[in-house]
Amino acid sequence: MAQEYKLILKYADEPGYTPDIECYLRHGGYEGLKKALAMQPKDLPDGKKLSGPEQIREDVKVSGLRGRGGAGFSCGLKWSFVDRRSGKPIYLICNADESEPGTFKDRQIIHKDPHQLIEGMIISCFANDVKLAYIYIRGEMPEGAKILNQALKEARAKNFLGKNILGTGYDLEMHVHRGAGAYICGEETGLIESLEGKRPYPRIKPPYFPAVLGLWMCPTIVNNVETLCNVKHIVEMGGAAFAKLGTPNNTGTRIVSLSGQVKRPGYYEIEVGKATLGELINDPKFGGGLLDGRKLKAIIPGGSSSKILKAGEKFKLKKKDAEGKEVVVDTDMLDLPYDFDSLAQAGTMSGSSAIIVMDDSVDIVEALANLSEFYAHESCGQCTPCREGSLWMNKTLHRLTHGEGRKQDAEYLGKIADNIPGGRTICAFGEACSWPVQSFLAKFKDEFVAKGAADEERRAQEAGQPNALAEAHH
Amino acid sequence: MSTAASTETKPAAPAIEKIKVKVDGREIEVPRLMADWSGKLTPTTMIQACELAKTDVPHYCWHPQLPVVGNCRMCLVEFGTPALGPDRKPVINPDGTAKIAKSPRPAISCATPISPGMEIYTTTPAVKQMREGVLESLLINHPLDCTICDQAGECKLQEYSIDYGQSASRFVEAKVHKPKAVDLGPRIMLDAERCILCTRCIRFTRDIAGDDKLGIINRGSYNTIATFPGTPFDNNYTLNTVDICPVGALTSKDFRFQMRVWFLRETKSLCTSCGTGCSTLLGSREEKLFRYTPRDNPAVNGPWMCDAGRLNYKWIQRADRLKEVQVFGKKNTWAAALYQISDRLKRAQAGSVAIIASARQTNEELWLISKLKAKLGAVSDSVARFGEADKLLVSADKNPNTNGARLTGICFTEIGSNLPQIAAGIQSGKIRTLIVFGEDVTKHGIGADLLGKLETLIVSDILPNETVKLAHYVLPGAAHAEKRGSFTNTKGRVQKFMKAVEAPGDARAEWEFLHDLVHNITGQNGFVTIEGLFNEMAKDVPAFNGLSWAALGDTGVTVQI
Repeated sequence: MAQEYKLILKYADEPGYTPDIECYLRHGGYEGLKKALAMQPKDLPDGKKLSGPEQIREDVKVSGLRGRGGAGFSCGLKWSFVDRRSGKPIYLICNADESEPGTFKDRQIIHKDPHQLIEGMIISCFANDVKLAYIYIRGEMPEGAKILNQALKEARAKNFLGKNILGTGYDLEMHVHRGAGAYICGEETGLIESLEGKRPYPRIKPPYFPAVLGLWMCPTIVNNVETLCNVKHIVEMGGAAFAKLGTPNNTGTRIVSLSGQVKRPGYYEIEVGKATLGELINDPKFGGGLLDGRKLKAIIPGGSSSKILKAGEKFKLKKKDAEGKEVVVDTDMLDLPYDFDSLAQAGTMSGSSAIIVMDDSVDIVEALANLSEFYAHESCGQCTPCREGSLWMNKTLHRLTHGEGRKQDAEYLGKIADNIPGGRTICAFGEACSWPVQSFLAKFKDEFVAKGAADEERRAQEAGQPNALAEAHH
Repeated sequence: MSTAASTETKPAAPAIEKIKVKVDGREIEVPRLMADWSGKLTPTTMIQACELAKTDVPHYCWHPQLPVVGNCRMCLVEFGTPALGPDRKPVINPDGTAKIAKSPRPAISCATPISPGMEIYTTTPAVKQMREGVLESLLINHPLDCTICDQAGECKLQEYSIDYGQSASRFVEAKVHKPKAVDLGPRIMLDAERCILCTRCIRFTRDIAGDDKLGIINRGSYNTIATFPGTPFDNNYTLNTVDICPVGALTSKDFRFQMRVWFLRETKSLCTSCGTGCSTLLGSREEKLFRYTPRDNPAVNGPWMCDAGRLNYKWIQRADRLKEVQVFGKKNTWAAALYQISDRLKRAQAGSVAIIASARQTNEELWLISKLKAKLGAVSDSVARFGEADKLLVSADKNPNTNGARLTGICFTEIGSNLPQIAAGIQSGKIRTLIVFGEDVTKHGIGADLLGKLETLIVSDILPNETVKLAHYVLPGAAHAEKRGSFTNTKGRVQKFMKAVEAPGDARAEWEFLHDLVHNITGQNGFVTIEGLFNEMAKDVPAFNGLSWAALGDTGVTVQI
């Protein structure tokens, strides 16, 4: 049976565990950093030497760590893209702009164990020859910013930060930067623009790949909070050992944010792929099942922008059997292993690992209207399809949920949504705002049509009885 | 060769490697690197390659002279690159051609660099659908008020609606309403509802004009162009934002609601407000000027011009323009006046004539004056006009043709240095005849008292002034918009300009009557067309040797100065 596996959240929720550095040190804190700083050059069979930082980078590759922010891109590969010959400084930014609806995992780390993040960042900076790093924290997390600033102060006082860290000659400074309340700042190039003091308009790629032309047009690494915490554990336990956690190509652990109509909403750390969606929802160790008397209707499996899964959906999942042969297995949506690749095969994604559970009491049109309002409000408005499309969809859904629907609105809405994703926009927000609409429509079209039809019928009746409305007012 | 004329302003760049790409199935060779907006060599983009292939890619936000932002998404294209096998070598089709792997995602052609063997597809159904989608998105919240919009007729929304628009809108929601008739600054009005948020105006103002005044406020579909509170949009280049605005969002307070653009005749001309000599288009209808806009000339002004120059046209239509030939205060004919003047000049003693020409006159006119000067043994000069320069286009020299006056020998390195000598000559009685073109010499050290001593004062001008008042012969001249000719700018660029409107009344282009005068006095029977006159001048003036009117083209030729 699926179990929680606490790597990142090992101590965070232990009674008496506090976010201060003394507590962190009592629990073995900054040992990973000391190990990283002490790494000696390693001789390779071909006579070349691998420096300490290079060994860490190599180990992160071996670990198979994938980004925990949403895209699930290989962290080792991302680091390998960094332009190290430009002569320009390399920056590292921790993306703590956690704001994908349904996602509340990074907040736990920041609030309860800030030094784990800072240690992970210092190691990552050391591995990438970074001298200046930033934590870009969501504006709506003032408490987190306060905690991080306090933690940075403590780390500086212990010389884990600053000049000549622990006598190694390595210098690193780190700052907390608070956002001003825009979801788009979680998009890495939007974040960089914001950090530079501008509107968070995501940059076009090419040419502005952060690894080459990032912050102040210098090579820049942007990693999620949880991803950076994992680096500390990779250094402590070794990349190969880390890669044994989870499942092949989906290594390590993930903190799942579980919300919606389950008995035990909350965050649960699991080995990636070692629990299914159904277990996360129904197992008493996790969600504990739906509220009494309710039936499952749908799940949004990876943050609000991931495509919705409908209860009872079946997928053909490619798996390796015991002999390593690829087989295709018919899999119910509840039996999907919660990992990057299985959910991708099911046409959706594990995204920011935020599961939103909806039971049969949910009006699916209302739910989508709610999501689309968020995306219309958060579109930065830089590029045409997303700027105009996100508000258009929202207006349509507002109409549809306020008695002004039409039968053809389902189709109408689908056509608007189809104009946005697939590389038509500068950043992935185009996908984020249109995928929910496309997937809700694909799986629940009848409910949209029915709602529009009911509105039409009601309006027709009202038109036939001119006094009905007037009487209703008396 | 000291008189080398060239159309290049920069030394030839080193050879750039060429690569082969296909645009809609046609193979072309394009340079691997091309100049970006700032002139820096950067990898050639798809849109540049398409332009070289003469394939039009619709776009709103992209402008060759502005940083690329890729926000409008109108230039999305599909593309493919040579497929690579597991050995990282190109896969070859059975027919020997390279196998192309088509990209699953489109790319904005304005920002995507080309690579060898790339195939760009601009006419596929998917590309058409994407363009239709973008256009629809741009129009759903647009007021569609073309009937009263100044941009109508030169609007990119209208233009692309022909190819990618829908005859009926499926949009049934309420439109977003934004501020209208926003007074952005002294010369600019904003209609935020018409704006498509391409940010050309912001980029121009920040990156070209160097005055970071415009920005975007609000979010998403509510985004609006704005200035910082309490700071008007006011620099000497604001009107360029009206030119580059692809829609009717930014309009010129001077031109708005004055004339439908399709009624305007556009005449290639030059700005006369300073020595830069920006290439312009004069918009006129029925002998009335309505607007000046810059005409792209990479060797002079690029696509820009300053606000001051652009609005410096109203004097041409002043009611008090000189319209009559006057002989001793009485209206007369050109024939009579020129006959009398010729007679007087022929009888004038050598050394008794002085000529003050204007560095606002054309090369041809100044050359004709130099012929008179030589025959009469006259002393000549013109008037200096200096002001402030800026870093972009405005020259400190406020005369448009100081170099023309120098090269034709009318004035010398220091323009105006002969004026005291002329004043002294009049004072002493040595100079008894003064010919003045387009200058009020009373403001330049030759006062009414001195002018009163003259036997003959011949003045050609456009507007009345103190010198005109005292003239024995008043010859009404033509503004540059009313004639053809050429100027030589501060950098030696010789450019020609065309006639947009007729001169009022009896006013004539100076070169026309100068031609007659020169013929009467020197016997030189020159050309009665501007083409012939220019070519004759080019043979005679060393700096202009080798030039011809035709070869000046639209953007001119640079000569050694």
